[in-house]
Amino acid sequence: MNSSPEKVLERVGKITRRVDGTALAKGKPVFADDIHLPEMLHLKILRSPHAHARIREIRTEKALKISGVVLILTHKDFPVHYFTTAGQGYPEPSPRDIRILDETVRYVGDRVVVVAAETLAAAEAGLAAIEVDYDILPANFDPEKAQEGNPVLHPETGKIDIHDAAHNVASQLEASLGDIQQGFEESEWVFEGRYSTPYAQQAHIEPHITLTWMDADERLVIRTSTQVPFHVRRIVAEVLDYPMRNIRVIKPRVGGAFGGKQEILNEELCAAVTLRTGRPARLEFTRAEELYAARSRHPQIVLFKIGVNADYTLNAIDMDILENCGAYGPHALTVMSVTAQKALTLYRSPHVHVRGQAVYTNLSVAGAYRGYGAPQGFFALESIMDEIAHALTIDPIEFRHKNYVTTGEDVPIAKILGEGREGFPVVIESTGMRECLEEGKKLIDWELLRTAEKSGPERRGVGVACAAQGSGIAGIDMGAVFIKMNEDASFNLLLGATDLGTGSDTALAQIAAEVLEVPVENILVYSSDTDMTPFDTGAYASSTTYISGGAVKKAAEKLKARILEQGLILLKEESGRIDNGLVLGSNGGRISYQEICTRSFYTENQTQLMATASHMSYDSPPPFNATFADVTVDVETGLVRVNKIVSVTDAGQVINPHMAAGQVEGAIPQSLGMALSEFMIFDDTGTPVNTSFRDYHIFTAIDMPEIVTRFIHTHEPTGPFGAKAVAEIPINGPAVAVTNAIFNACGVRIRNLPVTPDKILLKFTEPDL
Amino acid sequence: MRVAFQLNGKPVETEVEPGMNVLEFLRSLGVFSVKHGCDHGECGSCTVLVDDKPQNACLMLMGTLDGERIETLEGLNARRRMELMQAAFLDEGAIQCGYCTPAMLLALESLLRANPKPDEAAIREVFSGIYCRCTGYVKPMVAAKKVALGEVDG
Ligand code: FES
Ligand code: FES
Repeated sequence: MNSSPEKVLERVGKITRRVDGTALAKGKPVFADDIHLPEMLHLKILRSPHAHARIREIRTEKALKISGVVLILTHKDFPVHYFTTAGQGYPEPSPRDIRILDETVRYVGDRVVVVAAETLAAAEAGLAAIEVDYDILPANFDPEKAQEGNPVLHPETGKIDIHDAAHNVASQLEASLGDIQQGFEESEWVFEGRYSTPYAQQAHIEPHITLTWMDADERLVIRTSTQVPFHVRRIVAEVLDYPMRNIRVIKPRVGGAFGGKQEILNEELCAAVTLRTGRPARLEFTRAEELYAARSRHPQIVLFKIGVNADYTLNAIDMDILENCGAYGPHALTVMSVTAQKALTLYRSPHVHVRGQAVYTNLSVAGAYRGYGAPQGFFALESIMDEIAHALTIDPIEFRHKNYVTTGEDVPIAKILGEGREGFPVVIESTGMRECLEEGKKLIDWELLRTAEKSGPERRGVGVACAAQGSGIAGIDMGAVFIKMNEDASFNLLLGATDLGTGSDTALAQIAAEVLEVPVENILVYSSDTDMTPFDTGAYASSTTYISGGAVKKAAEKLKARILEQGLILLKEESGRIDNGLVLGSNGGRISYQEICTRSFYTENQTQLMATASHMSYDSPPPFNATFADVTVDVETGLVRVNKIVSVTDAGQVINPHMAAGQVEGAIPQSLGMALSEFMIFDDTGTPVNTSFRDYHIFTAIDMPEIVTRFIHTHEPTGPFGAKAVAEIPINGPAVAVTNAIFNACGVRIRNLPVTPDKILLKFTEPDL
Repeated sequence: MRVAFQLNGKPVETEVEPGMNVLEFLRSLGVFSVKHGCDHGECGSCTVLVDDKPQNACLMLMGTLDGERIETLEGLNARRRMELMQAAFLDEGAIQCGYCTPAMLLALESLLRANPKPDEAAIREVFSGIYCRCTGYVKPMVAAKKVALGEVDG
């Protein structure tokens, strides 16, 4: 571990109340939907009941006669223009394969018509009165059959960046290092396995919600619950062919997002209605729409073949990814790149080969979900690592100690893979992987649980999984900030970064306060509004602390230098320093921030003290994590109970201990849900079966196991005050730690999530190792 | 139809569509602390107190409100115990996005009215009616236990 070269930190690393906390605690109207707009129209979307069909005719006459129905829009109302709903940097690495409304529908839930009405009830009545004639087309729900091209989902010319439309391949990637064949030939042992992970839904409690209106200057205002306000502005301008300068996107507080709101899903329809009618419009998803017509985690099938040397080090890793995008390809390439890149960052191996294909099927559309592709990759990798350790009778922790990358090592595959385009060289500057494993081992009582007697109907076992992630996207993510000083030594910090409930506004305020040597309460954060705040690529890829935090630190340092300079001018001194909100001249003069600012405004050497800075990075230092699960399997019923999860993370210097722990504590039930309780089920016509929280079961307070989180302190030299990211890494481990623990408990190896009692019962009589 | 009820201590009498749900009605009055998450009585975001008990406003029809006593955070924010609970939530980092927070606080308030010293299981039980996707319920449990043990200094 590196030691910190910085001075003692007073605000960073300290427990601090959220800067937006009081308003949230008091239930103040801070979310997108918490305003009333006069004359507002309510929107509803008619969705396809068919998995694949061509629309022959849409009859809207009856619907338009319903009292209150104001406007109905269909594909005929929009020119053919293909875009991607993925809110990514420009040019987007995702295929441009979707229209705002299309004459072909490609999954059950695809958009057909939008109805705008005076009330929600009238909009619903309007939907019910619309008649649509469809020509049903053949559909395919099996990603392994997608490349047969029966049917072809996107035959249209004019779609851009689809890798091989005739074979339904949205995107593909391939990369290699060394010589994979030679690698296997040299290896002492070679292991293979096939693993799969299912759809899973972000399930933020606040649904997608957008309000739009024209302001007094006839500019379009979009108030929306989004992770990516600047991408919303760009994409809406493009899709509606409306001048960007006449669009303002406001991101209020967001009620959870987890990647689901890195997507443009209702902003453009709402805006289209406002532009056509001049009236405010509101479009909110129902929970059912969230569950089958928003976005979800890409299901993947991952094949691993791993060659191991006689000293238990890895010599060759071959990885093959088949990713199911569903009907469209937002994030298709980049999610798969992350699957490969993060999994292949963790362990060193001289010979590596990876191939990935993202294919279209007539099912719900996948997108960004916390961890991006990493949870899928680590489920496969950490399963096979466990299988290898078992086969070679080496302790799984010892096996990992021999293989993960350590400080000073470079990660050549990261440069080759990148994220959507070629990456940048990665050298590990900080890692606490060993300490994460050792600390977790103690906290879970590894030895005792692992070797305890496994007999009787209830069997207890323990499992472990390691993981890595990144801190923003190297060479792509950029954040900018603006800070200005006020007479009372408060500072407005204007950020393009979007706080999704993660507390990033608070973490960034702590960074500014640390640099400026003022209490955190003196930092007034405003984020984010495309008219008011500088650009930021958005809150995704765990970028906010690392990238936007870097920008805050730079801007605050610039401003501090300006304050010192101005203070010395006012003191008529040549040199001096800043100490806790005072400029101290070398000759004994002293002047407070308040006085400096007040005099600068009104009387002497007049100026506004302010600074702006942008930050991007060619580094994306991986945080590391070890997750342990303690489970009990009832081998008579096949039921699995998770007793305890221990999650130990190296996120560099933690900026706010409560918020960092909160990220881990929230990620754990999301991963456990994917493993144990959250199933997106489709019937044989591709119709989603469980479209409510009653059937899509996310963890509630009584479902929770005991959770223990710890942080290993390291110092990342490239991060602000030594920080790395924390938001995504903890979601990678829990699911596979649980399946590894199930194996330890009862010898059943679950290679295909979710874990269901039948898999345990079925395989219990014939364990397949 | 006409209904008369009490909202945060004040009498309300109004003409309503009997089929309108209480969530929609409250939000139309600007009572925005009551949130929408599912419409089906599953997520608990729309929790209000009806005669001291937590209820999902999205499942209640206006027609059933007559004579009831409804409370939301808007009416409780200035109360001492609510301030202590809010302080505990803030100090323990129990609020992330905050979308579920008003519902959690009301659920806890209702529990404390019935049982001033609830144990962990009782708190978990009342929280289980409210979905939170951000916190894993870990810090809300810590904050609530602090309140139950009288350990909050406001
Ligand atoms: S909105 Fe009422 S329970 Fe979910
Ligand atoms: S804090 Fe976000 S849902 Fe609970």
